[in-house]
Amino acid sequence: MDIQMLAEEVPVEGEYSLEGVDFITSGEQYLTFLLADEQYAVDILCVEEIRSWENPTRIPNSPCYIKGVINMRGIIVPIVDLRMKFNIGEAVYCETTVVIVLTVETEDKTRTIGFVVDAVSDVLNVEANEIKPAPVFGGCVPQSYLDGLVNVAEKVVTILNVKTLQAVEKHQIN
Amino acid sequence: MSVDLSQFIPSFLEESFEGLELMESSLLDLEQGDDETINSIFRAAHSIKGGAGTFGFNNVTEFTHLVETLLDEMRDGRRKIEQDDVELLLDSVDCMRLLIESIRDETECETSKIIETSVLLEKTLAADGVEVSEAITINSSDTVESKTDDSSTWQISFIPEHHLVQTGNDPLLLFNALADVGEVTIVACAKDLPALNDIDAEEIYLSWNITLQSSAEEDDIKEVFEWVEDECELIITKEELSNGDLSIPELLTEPASLEEADSIVPTPTIEVPVQPTSSPSATNTDKPVSKAKTELGSIRVGVDKVDSLINLVGELVITQSMLSELGNDFDLSKVERLNSGLEQLLQNTKELQESVMRIRMLPISFAFNRFPRLVHDLSKKTGKEVELILKGEQTELDKTVMEQIGDPLVHLVRNAVDHGIESAEVRIANGKPKKGTIMLDAYHQGGSIVIEIKDDGGGIDREAVFNKALEKGIVDEKTVLTDAQTFDLLFEPGFSTAKEVSDISGRGVGMDVVKKNIQALGGRIQVISEPGKGSTFRVNLPLTLAILDGQLVQVGTETYIIPLITIVESLQPQKELINRVSGDMVLYRLREDNVPVIPIYQLFNIPCEFDNIENSLLVVVEADGQKIGLMVDDLLAQQQVVIKSLNDNYQQVDGISGATILGDGSVAMILDVPGIITMALAQAQLNQQNRSRLQPKITQSISEGVNS
Repeated sequence: MDIQMLAEEVPVEGEYSLEGVDFITSGEQYLTFLLADEQYAVDILCVEEIRSWENPTRIPNSPCYIKGVINMRGIIVPIVDLRMKFNIGEAVYCETTVVIVLTVETEDKTRTIGFVVDAVSDVLNVEANEIKPAPVFGGCVPQSYLDGLVNVAEKVVTILNVKTLQAVEKHQIN
Repeated sequence: MSVDLSQFIPSFLEESFEGLELMESSLLDLEQGDDETINSIFRAAHSIKGGAGTFGFNNVTEFTHLVETLLDEMRDGRRKIEQDDVELLLDSVDCMRLLIESIRDETECETSKIIETSVLLEKTLAADGVEVSEAITINSSDTVESKTDDSSTWQISFIPEHHLVQTGNDPLLLFNALADVGEVTIVACAKDLPALNDIDAEEIYLSWNITLQSSAEEDDIKEVFEWVEDECELIITKEELSNGDLSIPELLTEPASLEEADSIVPTPTIEVPVQPTSSPSATNTDKPVSKAKTELGSIRVGVDKVDSLINLVGELVITQSMLSELGNDFDLSKVERLNSGLEQLLQNTKELQESVMRIRMLPISFAFNRFPRLVHDLSKKTGKEVELILKGEQTELDKTVMEQIGDPLVHLVRNAVDHGIESAEVRIANGKPKKGTIMLDAYHQGGSIVIEIKDDGGGIDREAVFNKALEKGIVDEKTVLTDAQTFDLLFEPGFSTAKEVSDISGRGVGMDVVKKNIQALGGRIQVISEPGKGSTFRVNLPLTLAILDGQLVQVGTETYIIPLITIVESLQPQKELINRVSGDMVLYRLREDNVPVIPIYQLFNIPCEFDNIENSLLVVVEADGQKIGLMVDDLLAQQQVVIKSLNDNYQQVDGISGATILGDGSVAMILDVPGIITMALAQAQLNQQNRSRLQPKITQSISEGVNS
């Protein structure tokens, strides 16, 4: 299949299917995942890779939600358990438990952190105007982590801000 | 055919900067005055001028020419060496640096300072009674045109050797340079030209007859050919003089650059480019050489280091061939030979690795060299008399560390002059010598290098620091701080106790940056100060950033790495030697020393197998003169580990200097021994504070075994 030719046939906007391949050319794409039975999403462009759970090396005196660090092809990547960080559901590690590795470029460097979630579910297409601001009512997830809500069928997906997710809180001993 | 000269520009720049450094340091030494020093300054200036001329950087050539003339007069003894002239020359060096930097960065440089300095130079030259042999103006071509009346005709026969262009010389440039001197008519002579299929495209077969109409002296014409005179036959005759037998001129001097290079580095050196480049012949003609930017640096490496590398590679090749031969028809009877072969391979790899690391090591004098000038300038600006003593300049340090540490050191030295050293009156009133002393010292200590900046000034005013911190709301009145904690406040952002802000320092920006930079290198900074006697800033830096010899230890399910260099010994504790003092502290008697025992599991809050000191092992480590015993469950292998930063994706962790990847792909933490000592101290202090409120805990898990 000549990719160049295919690409020319794809219209500029809208969804288009060719020989069973979906082409999506509008809106932003998000990767959705589950924490307990709640749906969350992050910008798919930040996703470096999705790994299965492996036991990391602990970092001494770190908060409980920082599980430790793993070796990802020679890079030391810290692992944060989102369920523990946001206090959603139970932090159990089973076969569907996965780690979503997110990379974000900050001013002068890139930062790569892995996040433990219960399961990865889907890729979501969202137009900017579909994202609604999250209501300011309690909840486990602090407001600064939320980019907005998206309605998908009957469900609501919460879009998380990757930049705030990546900002590791300073922690001290004791 | 022309050679693309631009490929040599980076080397020219590098040599020029070295030359400038040499000039600067020699000028500072010149105050005592001796012939050899002034000669070496002159040579440095001369080769910069020559090089700049070759590449057509006329502004550098013209400016340097002025400097050279002044130096020449000093060299010949026609001019006394005055302090003012030395200052002027130092300023000129700054200007030359500006000019050359502008070439490097391909920017326009600020001309006002250069014009100012060159006017000063000319004034100085003119003020002196000595007649300056050459007419000097900033634009030399103007001069030539204005003085055509006493011109004469020169016949120059220029017969280059065939390989002339391969040494980076281009006849065209020479002719252009001649055209600047006067009016030229050039006739090429092609009688030596071989048949077309015998021609080597990189050789030169032509010779030229040049008629030059100029007022210039013979020396001026020779100067144009200065860089090629070894590689050509050059006959210069003046037309009026009818004698055609003026022979090939004697070589004036050896090219200055050779002598100069020797005087910089005592051992012969060769250039090793840091980044691999394709062979020069490939880049020669067809593609433009990419512009060298500053970060693409090169290292000068002593030939001895390279020779030892070559030897090691030779041994490695031998081992490799032995092993591959062994593998051809291998059976179990050869296991022993295989083992010894592998052993040899290990040895070779290790030595090779060490040698390669040594290439990156440079003597710290590279970083120290700028300080004499800095202190000289600062002492003039502040009106304080300061003497700078440099020690341990040969201490070697990783190039990357060296580059990063320069600015923090400048800052610390600046502070020492501005804040540390008191004014002469105060010093005399306090019974100190009028001249202040700043000492820069570098030495190795264990696996790190220590740089000390020591002044004999007034010391740090503890009260002022505390009050300032109070004012800033960093501490409250009840806080009791140790000396070290007080001095640590100096590194808070925006912290300055200077009563006045001067243009040297005192704005409070900087010390926090100094600390940050040093920490970014994995180093530490420590302040020691005694009122009235002076202060010492001690910077601890890792020798190299990449690899470390480590002892793997097991604590619970975790594996940690202790830098081998910090380990004094490892032992199995004997019950009778365990002592418990002052409530909860466990000491282990190691011969004459009492070593405090720190259980890693407690410090890091992790489960472990043995929480009783008797069943565990003790690794005695030393840092900053303090010995401590780390309690671990088991000793594992010793191996070299590559240090990976936790900072990249996470943050600095107390007690951990980094992480590494073990043979099985898992991650292990590298313990930061000095950090652990600090942590343990902090924890002990915290416990003490708690205890003053609560009843002391009677039982401490690790000492249970001792009491029972």
